[in-house]
Amino acid sequence: MKFVDEFRDPQMAKALLAQIHALVKEIPRAQHKPLQIMEVCGGHTHSIFRYGLEQLLPREIELIHGPGCPVCVLPMGRVDDCVAIAEQPDVIFTTFGDAMRVPGSKKSLQQAKAEGCDIRMVYSPMDALALAKRNPDKTVVFFGLGFETTMPSTALTLQQARAQGVDNFQLFCNHITIIPTIKAILDSPDMYIDGFLGPGHVSMVIGQKPYEFISAHYQRPLVVAGFEPLDVLQSIHMLLLQIREGEARIENQYTRIVPEGGNHQALKAVSEVFELREFFEWRGLGSIDHSGVRIRESYAQFDAERQFVLPNLKIADPKSCQCGEVLKGVIKPQQCKVFGKQCSPETPLGALMVSTEGACSAYYSYGRIDAVAV
Amino acid sequence: MCLGIPGCITEIVDADQMLAMVDVSGVKREVNLACVLSAPADADQLIGRWTLVHVGFAMSLIDEDEARKTLELLAELGEIEEELAAMRDGAR
Ligand code: SF4
Repeated sequence: MKFVDEFRDPQMAKALLAQIHALVKEIPRAQHKPLQIMEVCGGHTHSIFRYGLEQLLPREIELIHGPGCPVCVLPMGRVDDCVAIAEQPDVIFTTFGDAMRVPGSKKSLQQAKAEGCDIRMVYSPMDALALAKRNPDKTVVFFGLGFETTMPSTALTLQQARAQGVDNFQLFCNHITIIPTIKAILDSPDMYIDGFLGPGHVSMVIGQKPYEFISAHYQRPLVVAGFEPLDVLQSIHMLLLQIREGEARIENQYTRIVPEGGNHQALKAVSEVFELREFFEWRGLGSIDHSGVRIRESYAQFDAERQFVLPNLKIADPKSCQCGEVLKGVIKPQQCKVFGKQCSPETPLGALMVSTEGACSAYYSYGRIDAVAV
Repeated sequence: MCLGIPGCITEIVDADQMLAMVDVSGVKREVNLACVLSAPADADQLIGRWTLVHVGFAMSLIDEDEARKTLELLAELGEIEEELAAMRDGAR
């Protein structure tokens, strides 16, 4: 963790923190039970831990680390499907590096690679497409994953594949969408979230409008937030002002990146290539209606789910894993029975320990000493 | 993957395919402009502009000041090396 004096603008940070401490005293219900503020995005989780923001906030505020790390919420069965594709003859399986170590029920992609499967890490889906062009005798499958931030890149790559007639390129689509997930959280009986820090880069694509139901139907505020520590503090301040006034609005702290209407070109590509699935399975959260997308019929020839026979099994996490409870904010990472013991970044049992955006890995790396006593 | 990384557009590689060369902290990388450009004819106007690059796609135009701050933030978060290595290697 860093000290406030090392922040880029320590004066500003101190002023914001002083205001946050004062504001929270003016909110009566926070005096009985901490306000629960959820950061939806894993990028925020990482920033919060890196800068030790939790320790700087008053006791009346509890940050809940939401499900916004796409690698963390990938269910085991999907990893197994990836391995099954990679084990087929004449397949080159391509993935972002983040997904290599996510445990499947038998093995991770990294282990499958060590056993001889042709699995390659790529930086971009365009690199996977280029690989397909260079290897016309192989089928190159790209493992598409992520929220709305990366969805346009996959959609545009498929459009290119079709335009250029690259028929040995396939997409294994595991893209997920944030709105139904926030709704599921709001509907969950286990949780009461007082306000949300909205994901900055998802919002850059989808804009602010899709969040309006959160204020209109659930009377909860959301502030789209940037990733600098000052952005996070300022966004928390904006949330507290609303909570004190009993208001619930969708606000944008990150106006330097997020246009109100989102990115039209990106959204157009996404809607041409993808359609909503009836449901999608999340690690720890179970099945959430309309929370994933699949490839439309018009792009069927590029759809790995239609070309390969996949095990497509629902596989429960090992009993000792408590990833679901951590994802929902019901327990803190270090309260998981295997945290730091059987489960560590070197030998992850759960996905939250794999990605640097996962809450468990963040706790492990920048662990808050005082929290261990909780 | 989700934070993106700022880069400066240095040249247009193929206006019709909306491809440009971007310099990210000294690493040169081909990037797709489809999300920040509505017509190929306008591509040249983007030379010298800064953009936030996610997985090989320019996702939004940003000002230079913001770009530098973001690069600093990413360096502090320890995200930059891995991202640059991945960018450099393309496919491994
Ligand atoms: S410590 Fe490991 S098993 Fe426990 S919740 Fe975290 S990632 Fe899951």
